[in-house]
Amino acid sequence: MDLRPKINDTSCRCVILTSIDEKPAIEIDVPDDSFVQMIKKTGGPNIQNCFQCGTCSGSCPAGARTNYLVRGIIRKALLGLKQQCISAKELWYCTTCYTCTDRCPQDVKPTDVIKAIRNIAVAEGYMLEPHQKTAQKVLEAGHAVPLDKDSWQDLREKVGVERIPPNASRYAEAIEEIRKIAKKTGFDKLVEDKEEK
Amino acid sequence: MAKKKSFYHFLGCIIPHRYPSVEKAAKLVFNDLGIDLLDMDGATCCPAPGVFGSFDRVTWATIAARNLTIAEAGGHPIVTGCNGCFASLWDANYELKHDHELRDKVNENLAEIGREFKGTIEVWHYVDALYQLAGLEKIRDQVTRPFTGVRMALHPGCHWMRPKIIKQKDDSERPHIFRELCETSGAEYVPYKDELICCGAGGAVRTADVKIALEFTKQKFDSLIAAGGADMIITPCPFCELQLDAGQVEIQKYFEQEYKFDILHVVELLALAFGHEPDEFGLATHLQYMQRKSEPAWENLGIKVGEH
Ligand code: SF4
Ligand code: SF4
Repeated sequence: MDLRPKINDTSCRCVILTSIDEKPAIEIDVPDDSFVQMIKKTGGPNIQNCFQCGTCSGSCPAGARTNYLVRGIIRKALLGLKQQCISAKELWYCTTCYTCTDRCPQDVKPTDVIKAIRNIAVAEGYMLEPHQKTAQKVLEAGHAVPLDKDSWQDLREKVGVERIPPNASRYAEAIEEIRKIAKKTGFDKLVEDKEEK
Repeated sequence: MAKKKSFYHFLGCIIPHRYPSVEKAAKLVFNDLGIDLLDMDGATCCPAPGVFGSFDRVTWATIAARNLTIAEAGGHPIVTGCNGCFASLWDANYELKHDHELRDKVNENLAEIGREFKGTIEVWHYVDALYQLAGLEKIRDQVTRPFTGVRMALHPGCHWMRPKIIKQKDDSERPHIFRELCETSGAEYVPYKDELICCGAGGAVRTADVKIALEFTKQKFDSLIAAGGADMIITPCPFCELQLDAGQVEIQKYFEQEYKFDILHVVELLALAFGHEPDEFGLATHLQYMQRKSEPAWENLGIKVGEH
């Protein structure tokens, strides 16, 4: 995907680090605390421990090759810059390797903070299409990577195991249970295809 | 004699649907070691920690908990050969045992399908079952085809040992358990600088942007080549295996660079070391070989396959 800034393209929802030649600085007067409180409730309870040492970004294999900057996202979140955080495409470059979590001297658990911010982003409609499709597959087949072709069954036969494994590929009632869970949590609505696409 | 230990065998998606050779190799190895693997009827996706954990923590935990309840009902622990499944099932089990608010929400959801998370079982990885339960001695006793002189690089991956404070498996900066386990095969361990970095597939990155994911993989391969190369790379995870194995074909397409590494799951390595023939579990069905119409480099692996 092309992550270069499209300065005049207002349809681009992704906010990128750019110099002030390209966009005005955001003025931060009094930080808004509500986003931090949301993150703390959604799975990132230690975010406020962060003292910005940069150990996380220095350890991050995603940051080494993309404009994803975990320390920067945490700082933005602490300043209440919710929209900047949840609309950034690079939020989705963290592979959840947990290296930063193992090294953070303040027990911020940056990986969990990023996942919490992703949860909030998704709840507000920022979701990449391929991820949406993967989630839909689990509701359709019970598996993110389904046994969706005869050739996969042939492969199983070739190695000497039964053609259909004893998971949701064999038991339709298991898929039914997943659908009921998704309906109860509202996940089905969250990942369904939206009209305006 | 102690009672034979039984595990529910959690297959997940990638092993049974893309790398069934791992499923078969696990059955051979565990059978040789006298550990029972029971079918886990009706288990679903773990669910994929990258996508589901990033989308909605409560739905992720509920679907994972549903899988856990299947094992709870039968009264045996779960064992999985996938770091991703381990990340969902182990983490959810841990979080549900410690976070009562989450547990209440999850159980409210599970009530909808007549289930309840009770927190009565543990989740193991193949690596735990092999290292802790069987033990290295017993494994060494089974080795009849040692990989003497074969150079072995490792890719331990992330989610078995990280986050280290919570998982308490190994020192994630200087791990030794996976290495010791693989060394029982008799192969020679080759260190390389980027051994411990992520393969690039996790966290829903492979799904979002395969090219970026492959850059991680490429970095690992280049680092290994700089260290003198290896005859095979061993991993405890089928998603890492997919990324390192089929990823070589994708790297060729996206970056026009050719790598030829044989990638084995640790149970495939042990199945061979225990004297099983590659055809018994279908080593040659790895997607790299299917797509390239190639074969494992038998000679480098020290395996005679006269009958092929
Ligand atoms: S390592 Fe921890 S304390 Fe340091 S910047 Fe990252 S999150 Fe903040
Ligand atoms: S978990 Fe994510 S943010 Fe942390 S080091 Fe790994 S890729 Fe970077």
